[in-house]
Amino acid sequence: MSTDARLLELDSISKVFHIGGALTGEKLTAVNNVGFQLRSDKPEVFTLAGESGSGKTTVARLILRDFPVTEGKILYEGSDTTRIRGRRGTMRFMSEVQPVFQNPFDTFNPLRRLVEYLIETALNFGIASNRKQAEPVVDDALKLVGLSFDEVNLRYPHELSGGQIQRVSVARALIPRPKLIIADEPVSMVDASLRMAIVNVFKRLRDEENVSVLYITHDLATAYYISDRIAIMLRGQIVETGTVDNVLGDPKHPYTRILKESVPQPIPEVKGAWAKSIALSTMEVREYGRIGCKFAGRCPNVMDKCRKIEPPDVTTAGRVVKCHLYEPESE
Amino acid sequence: MLKVIRDLLRYDGRFRVAFIFLLATFIMSAISYVSPQDPGRTFQVPLDRSPSLQYPFGTNSRGQDVFWWMTFAVRNSLYLGLITAAVSRVIAIFVGLTAGYRGGYVDRILMSVNDSFVVMPVLPLLILLSFLFRGRMGLTGLGVLMGLFGWPWDARLIRSQVLSLKERSFTRTAQYCGAKDFHITIFEHLPFVLPIVFATTINNMIWSIGMEVTLGVLGLSNVTLPTIGTTIYWANAHQAMVAGIWWWLMAPVVVSVVMFLGLYLLSQSVNEYIDPRTRLRRIGA
Amino acid sequence: MPLLSVKNLHAYYRTEAYGISRTVRAVDDVSFELQKNEIYGIAGESSCGKTTLIKVISGSIKPPLRIEGGTMTYTFDGRDVDIASVAPEVMRREIRWKEISYVMQGSMSILNPVRRVRRIFRHVVDTHQGIDDKRKFEALCRDHLKKLGLPPDILQAYPHQLSGGMKQRIAIALATIFRPSLIIADEPTTALDVVVQRGVLQLLKDIQAESSNTVLLVTHDMAVHANVADRVAIMYAGTIVEEGPTEVIFGAPQHPYTQHLIASLPVIGDKGTRSALPGAPPNLASPPSGCRFHPRCPMAKEICRRVVPSMIQLDTLHRAACHLVGEREEA
Repeated sequence: MSTDARLLELDSISKVFHIGGALTGEKLTAVNNVGFQLRSDKPEVFTLAGESGSGKTTVARLILRDFPVTEGKILYEGSDTTRIRGRRGTMRFMSEVQPVFQNPFDTFNPLRRLVEYLIETALNFGIASNRKQAEPVVDDALKLVGLSFDEVNLRYPHELSGGQIQRVSVARALIPRPKLIIADEPVSMVDASLRMAIVNVFKRLRDEENVSVLYITHDLATAYYISDRIAIMLRGQIVETGTVDNVLGDPKHPYTRILKESVPQPIPEVKGAWAKSIALSTMEVREYGRIGCKFAGRCPNVMDKCRKIEPPDVTTAGRVVKCHLYEPESE
Repeated sequence: MLKVIRDLLRYDGRFRVAFIFLLATFIMSAISYVSPQDPGRTFQVPLDRSPSLQYPFGTNSRGQDVFWWMTFAVRNSLYLGLITAAVSRVIAIFVGLTAGYRGGYVDRILMSVNDSFVVMPVLPLLILLSFLFRGRMGLTGLGVLMGLFGWPWDARLIRSQVLSLKERSFTRTAQYCGAKDFHITIFEHLPFVLPIVFATTINNMIWSIGMEVTLGVLGLSNVTLPTIGTTIYWANAHQAMVAGIWWWLMAPVVVSVVMFLGLYLLSQSVNEYIDPRTRLRRIGA
Repeated sequence: MPLLSVKNLHAYYRTEAYGISRTVRAVDDVSFELQKNEIYGIAGESSCGKTTLIKVISGSIKPPLRIEGGTMTYTFDGRDVDIASVAPEVMRREIRWKEISYVMQGSMSILNPVRRVRRIFRHVVDTHQGIDDKRKFEALCRDHLKKLGLPPDILQAYPHQLSGGMKQRIAIALATIFRPSLIIADEPTTALDVVVQRGVLQLLKDIQAESSNTVLLVTHDMAVHANVADRVAIMYAGTIVEEGPTEVIFGAPQHPYTQHLIASLPVIGDKGTRSALPGAPPNLASPPSGCRFHPRCPMAKEICRRVVPSMIQLDTLHRAACHLVGEREEA
């Protein structure tokens, strides 16, 4: 894959936050040397999975240019996103990359009608030149997510369910006809019975509309359901990445294994699976600063060198694992 | 608008009281236009008459009917309050919204100007300036001057509100809608800031009218203009208290209490009404 | 003798603002029994009335919430208590924490962050059972924590130093210190990561098994119910639509809503298409006529629009409220 065949490329990016005051402050490496690519020749759903504090949301915000990277580069269609300047450049970037946020009840101003946002988007990005022209554009976008202009017209956010608002949010993001949608935990605050409607929309965007989706989630079950490839994050690092069938079907990294095991299965017969107790971190922040492997404190397969040396990225069984267990010489 | 007033009158006791008090105040200032008496002239009625049917507020030692004099005083004080509030609101909203939304160096510059105004001792400065411009400064001038001092606290309040609104997802949504900063400020943030603006408008009016009373009592405002402050100034100058002409002082006190209470209750009730949470309840959330 | 018997409970919110009065029928004709020594799960989506139901049965009934009918009788040590008529003082001194305790989502975050965990324990113990002897108190806390497998050192820590999972486990420890008859757990793991969720739920199960009391577990996550609950009740729009042993609910659900809820859950290892229910949960201020589920039900019939279905006993422990189930039973 040559560089220009990539839609999005994260080239070993890091983000360091300074917490606290100038003198007493601490450094927190929220994203630590993360890299992955999305291909441009074929749309895909790429999942970034991890628990809270794994840095996955920070990655999303870095891609969306909410704040600059500390190290590394983010390339969109081959050009560095930090070079984007001015309103015209920003608008051009936003017409290609659009976000969907986590909390549907905060995505739109509760005092404004939903459809206003969609019409504004169409007008601002030059998709339509007046309100009348914008309406069919908005209707088309809403139809893609299983809604229609008449259903949404005149409605305030509180008049729709979280699932419906989230679909309106996706429809809004689709109006500038982007190539990439960054969806940050789009279903975590939506009721279970409505979740699949949103997830299915992402599938459909990939299959029918040629839109790639960066799906950020802590829910491995939906990740498995929709994505092509997945990256598992832990404390700012990607510990395992590959196709979703490889990584979730047969996880190699001890952390991915525990993660997969801990996902409750909706089948009462497998209750016994949880009998084995697991180690939990008492204090979370300490794991960020750990030298060596971030998971060493909780890992059932921990070795001496895990605590001292940062594990390398090893390619094995169709995925990349950041773990000493799979180093060639250790086998 | 009429429906809003009707709803408030029907369901909010505070608004009812405010409505009656402010209506009385407005009627009083309105009838000054048909006053048979020119407030600039003296010795038009018998001196020092206590309140009666003919002179409801009595007459003063300068030969003026206190009732008609007060109609001008109320009108002028209200006018002054409105000018101050208008000038300082414009500055407060502009500074608050801009500093809050833009952040960075714009915020730092605006806030350091803001803080300089906060620490400035307003009363001594106003005394000094009134002294310098004495006679040349009309009510409008005084109103604008006080407006220039009356905004910093409120600007800070608005800024802090905007700072938290900026972190809400809907601000980010608006950015990805391609909305310009100005649009976001006006359509996304202003509705949430309005309750503060309204409450502070009225507080600001009360502050400015009160400040004018202070300047008036000290004889530093234009004493030929009837205001609540100058009424007290003239009553003092003629030693009304000592002479037993209590109605001359009573009139401005009662009128200002009615006006201040009216304004205060209005701010309380309207604030609740335009509060985003109440608004949400009204649209059925 | 059940621990709690709820019969035909109606709990409504009545509000009035600027002349618009609203009645939200959050709990509408709910009946169920909690047995001693079981984990009873209540599942339902947001605004289905499950939060109101726990508020009411834990005795915190404040306007605008009002009981509009029905009874709630607890049996503590052979003594019947009608929770709606208990004096607030008695409630505070004798019932809260001692008989009924409460664990909610992010319990510890409402506690004072500058107080050590010990003082938080001290506060709870003091208000409900005076222990003047400092050593006795220390021994009680340490014993209790040890029994739960938590490090007693955490008494020394401040809440902000602890991870979310540890905080939630301390909240459970606090809630169980007086060995209450009923522990109400309201979305206890919703904001937690899956690995942590597993640890917290494990603890809850262990405590229940050890002290044979009753746990009322309320969560929207069906997979959690499958792994933890003995019996599950499904709530929809203020009513219980189906109740039964966990295996039966997941193995042979009868109500169309339950069926859909279970069928829509994604499972790792199965990419089969999942669909979402059409529509959205109804507004409880103006619920649909007849069966409240009929506007979203794929099998709705004429009768569903008109008649509220009554609860049909399918088995000793299994019941469902659906006209279709009734017809099937009669045939």
